[in-house]
Amino acid sequence: MAMLWNNYRYLIFRRVTQITLLLLYFGANAWGWTILMGNLSSSRFLDFIPMSDPYAALQMLAAGAVLATDLLIGVAVISIFYLLIGGRAFCSWVCPVNMITDAANYLRRKLEINRVQDKQPASRNIRYWILALSLVISFVMGLTAFEFISPISMVHRGVIFGLGFGWAAMLIIFLFDLFVLKNGWCGHICPLGGFYSLLGKFSLIRVHHLEEKCTLCMKCKAVCPEHQVLHMIGKESLPVISGECTNCARCIEVCDDDALEFSIRKLAQNNKTGE
Amino acid sequence: MSENRPETKQKKEPLSDRRKFILNMARGVGLATMGGFIWSAYVDEVTASSLLLRPPGAINESDFLRTCIKCGLCVEACPYDTLMLSKPGDNKPLGTPYFVPRDIPCYMCPDIPCVPVCPTGALDVSSVTTDGKLDINVADMGLAVIDDESCIAFWGIQCDACYRACPILGKAITIEYAKNERTGKHAFMKPIVHSDACTGCGLCERACVTEKPAIFILPREVAMGKAGNYYIKGWDKSDEARLENASEIKTTTERSKKSAIDSLNDGLGDLY
Repeated sequence: MAMLWNNYRYLIFRRVTQITLLLLYFGANAWGWTILMGNLSSSRFLDFIPMSDPYAALQMLAAGAVLATDLLIGVAVISIFYLLIGGRAFCSWVCPVNMITDAANYLRRKLEINRVQDKQPASRNIRYWILALSLVISFVMGLTAFEFISPISMVHRGVIFGLGFGWAAMLIIFLFDLFVLKNGWCGHICPLGGFYSLLGKFSLIRVHHLEEKCTLCMKCKAVCPEHQVLHMIGKESLPVISGECTNCARCIEVCDDDALEFSIRKLAQNNKTGE
Repeated sequence: MSENRPETKQKKEPLSDRRKFILNMARGVGLATMGGFIWSAYVDEVTASSLLLRPPGAINESDFLRTCIKCGLCVEACPYDTLMLSKPGDNKPLGTPYFVPRDIPCYMCPDIPCVPVCPTGALDVSSVTTDGKLDINVADMGLAVIDDESCIAFWGIQCDACYRACPILGKAITIEYAKNERTGKHAFMKPIVHSDACTGCGLCERACVTEKPAIFILPREVAMGKAGNYYIKGWDKSDEARLENASEIKTTTERSKKSAIDSLNDGLGDLY
């Protein structure tokens, strides 16, 4: 039990959060619950507070749509929230695709696929190119380009409103992450993740590394979906400052030496200067 | 081929940073262009569906596609489960709301719960408002169209299912009486749809007794023609108002210099 708590507490919290959110959204459509209505594109919390996907709003803006007040308030609510707690906390704590890609990644480690394919043939910056491209296409075609192909929305809408062939999108992402590219969708391609990486650059909650406790086992890097953000492991006591960190906290719980922990950004920096 | 070339040795040297940068940029731009075209083509295909009925108050289709955020709040607000979000495989613009009246029509709730919940204005409250009050009777979801070949009322069989089902009874659908010459003693009771009153709710399509409905809803822009400014109801003062903004179009055709006989014989060459 203690092992479960030490090694999986954040993972369990994350799964509980993800599934609870899905259930609340599902309940709104199926049983008329009013806690969370709508879906991740736009929703209402307690039938009162609007929440909207800022990236979708950005595409609408590029496409030339008139942005309604409700939408702008919703965008502000979500932007401020993720600005504070870390943009990509969305990816690891909310997004339903995370469960699919985590499963693929887990299987990848178990099957040791990484050993037959040690070279990653793609750059993690692709997502920023796709982000820019989606805005260009939205502008040129007058449509929200990513929203019409987004597997995130497909999966999330699928759970709430009926899946259709959405399972195919789920399977494609799973197989892609398993056999083509490690962390392929979430870590390389997804422009929503790219958007939240940029949004969360200055967020307050950060993972902090304590170099003096580190025994260089590198378990954290093996488990991290964005291992480039952990470049300081065993070298320097630094907070993870890259916006690409998803605050999933897997590194914290796999570390047997307490060399990684959550902290508030300001404090983390003070600690560093104090040493 | 390249062995004879003197540059071969130079090529094996590491690329300069400048060259690397330019090559990488070219690669990025090239891939982005390729991906961009594939992406655009796909999005263009999936959004090209005109035979789709939107919820009440929906703004015109091209604006709707850029404004709807696909949240499904209208779907959740609908008490009759009329509205659906299109799923992958439905072959409709992905994630946008629509309804199929033969399955579940719009029951035209007076409080129109689906429209005010829209966070983006893709469903426009002002388009279903008269005198500051919500008014579902001014909604324009579509227009009922009758196939008079398969409508049994046009055969002479008595049926007024659509007329009775219509929530704007006597305005959107009226019954026209005509003598049935075949029997000599019966009347045709033909349903006629009036586009100014019809909201496209689809209760008539739902009620139609034929195997495949003889009255059905089409989007208004598909179902309706347009007379244009060349034709005016001269007996109707209000119709003449359409001419107020019409501008004069002057065309001049040059007078033919050929003789009349030549013109008659022109074009006969094909025959011989």
